[in-house]
Amino acid sequence: MRNEFSFRLAVGACAVLLIAVVAAIGLELARESSLSIRTFGLRFWLTTTWDPVAGQFGALPFIWGTLYSSFLALLISTPIALGVAIFISELCPTRLRAPLVFLTELLAAIPSIVYGLWAIFVLVPIVRQLETITPDVLRSLPLFSGPPLGVGMLAAALVLAVMVIPFTSAVAREVLKTVPVVQREAAYALGATRFEVIRSALFFARTGIVGAIMLGFGRALGETMAVTMVVGNNPQVSLSLFAPQYTMAAVIANEFTEATEELYLHALVEIGLVLFVITLIVNAASRLLIWAMSRSAVPASPRTTTIAATV
Amino acid sequence: MSRDTRRRFISAAFVTACAAAVLLAMVPLAMILFFVVSQGVQALNVAFFTQMPRPVGEPGGGMLNALVGTIVLTGLAALIAIPIGVVSGIYMSEYRGTRLAAATRFAADTLNGVPSIVIGIFAYAVAVMPFRRFSAMAGGLALGVMMIPIIARTTEELLLLVPGALREGALALGATRGRAVLTVIVPAALPGIVTGVVLGLARIAGETAPLLFTAFNNRFLSTDLRQPIASMTVQIFTYAISPYEDWHRQAWAGALVLVTFVLVCSLIARVVTARVQRLRG
Amino acid sequence: MRAVPTWHSYVFAALAVTACGGGPPQASQTANTPGASGSTLQINGAGATFPNPIYSKWFAEYNRLHPDVAINYQPIGSGGGVRQLMNRTVFFGSSDMPMTDAQLGAAPGPILHLPTILGAVVPIYHLQGVEDLRFTGSVLADIYLGAITKWNDPAIAKLNPGVALPATDIAIVHRSDGSGTTYIFLDYLAKVSPAFKTRVGVNSSVNWPVGVGGKGNEGVASLVAQTPGAIGYVELIYALQNTIDFGSVQNSAGEFVKASHDSVSKAAGANPVPDDFRVSITNPPVAGAYPIASFTWVLMYQHPDDGAQGRAIVDFMKWAITDGQKFATDLGYAPLPPGVVTRELALLDTVRDS
Repeated sequence: MRNEFSFRLAVGACAVLLIAVVAAIGLELARESSLSIRTFGLRFWLTTTWDPVAGQFGALPFIWGTLYSSFLALLISTPIALGVAIFISELCPTRLRAPLVFLTELLAAIPSIVYGLWAIFVLVPIVRQLETITPDVLRSLPLFSGPPLGVGMLAAALVLAVMVIPFTSAVAREVLKTVPVVQREAAYALGATRFEVIRSALFFARTGIVGAIMLGFGRALGETMAVTMVVGNNPQVSLSLFAPQYTMAAVIANEFTEATEELYLHALVEIGLVLFVITLIVNAASRLLIWAMSRSAVPASPRTTTIAATV
Repeated sequence: MSRDTRRRFISAAFVTACAAAVLLAMVPLAMILFFVVSQGVQALNVAFFTQMPRPVGEPGGGMLNALVGTIVLTGLAALIAIPIGVVSGIYMSEYRGTRLAAATRFAADTLNGVPSIVIGIFAYAVAVMPFRRFSAMAGGLALGVMMIPIIARTTEELLLLVPGALREGALALGATRGRAVLTVIVPAALPGIVTGVVLGLARIAGETAPLLFTAFNNRFLSTDLRQPIASMTVQIFTYAISPYEDWHRQAWAGALVLVTFVLVCSLIARVVTARVQRLRG
Repeated sequence: MRAVPTWHSYVFAALAVTACGGGPPQASQTANTPGASGSTLQINGAGATFPNPIYSKWFAEYNRLHPDVAINYQPIGSGGGVRQLMNRTVFFGSSDMPMTDAQLGAAPGPILHLPTILGAVVPIYHLQGVEDLRFTGSVLADIYLGAITKWNDPAIAKLNPGVALPATDIAIVHRSDGSGTTYIFLDYLAKVSPAFKTRVGVNSSVNWPVGVGGKGNEGVASLVAQTPGAIGYVELIYALQNTIDFGSVQNSAGEFVKASHDSVSKAAGANPVPDDFRVSITNPPVAGAYPIASFTWVLMYQHPDDGAQGRAIVDFMKWAITDGQKFATDLGYAPLPPGVVTRELALLDTVRDS
């Protein structure tokens, strides 16, 4: 019995350590941003001025840039990711399944710096071409205003979309697996077309699908390198896809080593703190949805949670 | 069009759309692989692996310091992450129903989702500021923290997959819980755990953001853990945003090395998983 | 950030001690200790990208001459160099913008400004088939204020008669990081354009009205090289090494001067250099001088914590400002004026261990 207890103690200590690490992250972020929190309070989130020289820091442009780019990425990636998930799980010939799964995993495994490299040298020129040939009638819209630089919101959103697709698709696939086979068979038996069967399966799994999409959103929010290299590094709030903008992760990456005053550094860490909290909430919510979904269906297979763990 | 025909048409259109989505998703993958291979192969030569970077603007040289740096950093990260990750995974699977296990699982999932730049800030606050130096250790800490949840969750999942008969057999023979776990169950799950480690290594070898202000960078070959150290990812980043054509080519070569490493790790993971599943029957 | 270690850092330190097996890192000391091998002295520095091409040449060359000294310099921008030096996370910094009195006052110890080389900031642009564009300070200021938006604007056309300027938008590129190069550029623009001085001001990091931010001189050069219709400002060598077109700028004598080591040296000779070497040489009242030139400085503590590193850097600096100057002109920089070198050698002798 004593052996049993000491084993549990030893092993449990490590588990506590893991929890402690997460708590430590939150605590350190809060501690190292305290000056900025005290100085600016809520104004920090509503001001657009980012002026290190005058000591005026407002994080609104970065929040805007992060949310806008992630939202656009979601808009582009969700249909594609769901299409891939549905194809692999419902429509694809068995022989193709394993290679396709491998390819989507490969897409997820490519390091973000490589995405960034590809984005700078391949994607940005393409986007610049697209921006140059945009007809003037569209140019007058705020969505497409500005010189054709190539770097900017559109390039960032595209590279984010590509990076998010494999995550959303992998989780959606797992979620679709938990839809009972009986339900599909019943639908076929009633004479439904493939589309109608899939539609009913999607409806059944809707909570989990939403969770998968949110997981992709969380991934996009935290992406740093690929976005930093193509977003244009201009802290402005702009609807235009062509405009260079800035995200929270990018400004931290660019300016952290040179924050010349205490307040500057604390302001950057405060941005990191907010990023931490936002991604925490989004990820927790998405996992909750996926868990709720799998609970209401067949007993959750370990595979469901494994994918969620490895993304 | 009759209702039936319309329904069939919609279904066919939908199936086509899904197939198109797959093709669309494969386009960027193909493009990236194509460019990485075609551009990287050109710059990949013996010098790349054996020489140090040349002064700015002079062509030639290599990424030896960055290669060694990445190996050192991932080694450090593994040193930190494997013990904590595996043991936490053991706890989460052995004491599944407890509140601590649930809390640990939640913490691991949270840690998984924390943006890497935020982990970089944490490592800066804990390992750089107090000692007033950028160091390989700080970089290793950042990468290690990122690796912990991957290993923990994979260990947990795989330990759960070990057949109950094995555990019951060990306990029936009089082993204590600890002994049963350490000598029977963990070895049975070892291939899977190794897979998790390999996948974790692949993921953190490609991380850049947390290294920017922890390991910093180093023009010289260094294995001193208390000094800044170069890394493939930071070097690729530096070269990519520069205007020098030669550096661009070296960046592609570095990307090729990274992608190859990741590919090899993924293949190893697949092969091991397939073998384990075959053995299990 | 405070340097007080939290309990997390104690845990980390404990892990670090067991991992390294060596002595604990001295948290109270501030210098980087020598490499574990003991034979090579590693010194870490960081700062400006403006002189990075010649610094990387110098450090490689010095390492060749003294294989036991490895000086690791990281170009992160002048702002970063000052910051890391004040934090003492690097042994020396480098900046093209002299530290302000306030910054010097806030530093943990007296910091020396040691000029190393003279360089020029040139306006680079990306226009097909257009070479040798002429600019004036006020035109550049208006472009960066967003008042001039197209290349065929009358103000630019007037300066460049006979040149076919396209009707495309000007894509403005500036620095996204804290930059001494920016400071030099803005220092000049503020002198020639009162509107610019009031709206933007002069510093290493400002609120740019328009444009895309590039990281480092490298980032700006890269963006301009890849974006048709772009304009930017970089140190001369970045334009030369990457064959990017750069324009001539009108100086105070009314001449349109292209940057060269000759025109830069003339700019340096105009005003007397004070004893602490902090000086601005933009827009000098001298014929033939390039108007956007500047010194760049290595920053180090006068009483460094680590004697060995201090001596090594002093020795390096003495080599750099004498023998090292021969690399200058090949890389587009201008050597230091002899008067400055003599005074600086004397100043280097005052560096003492604390």
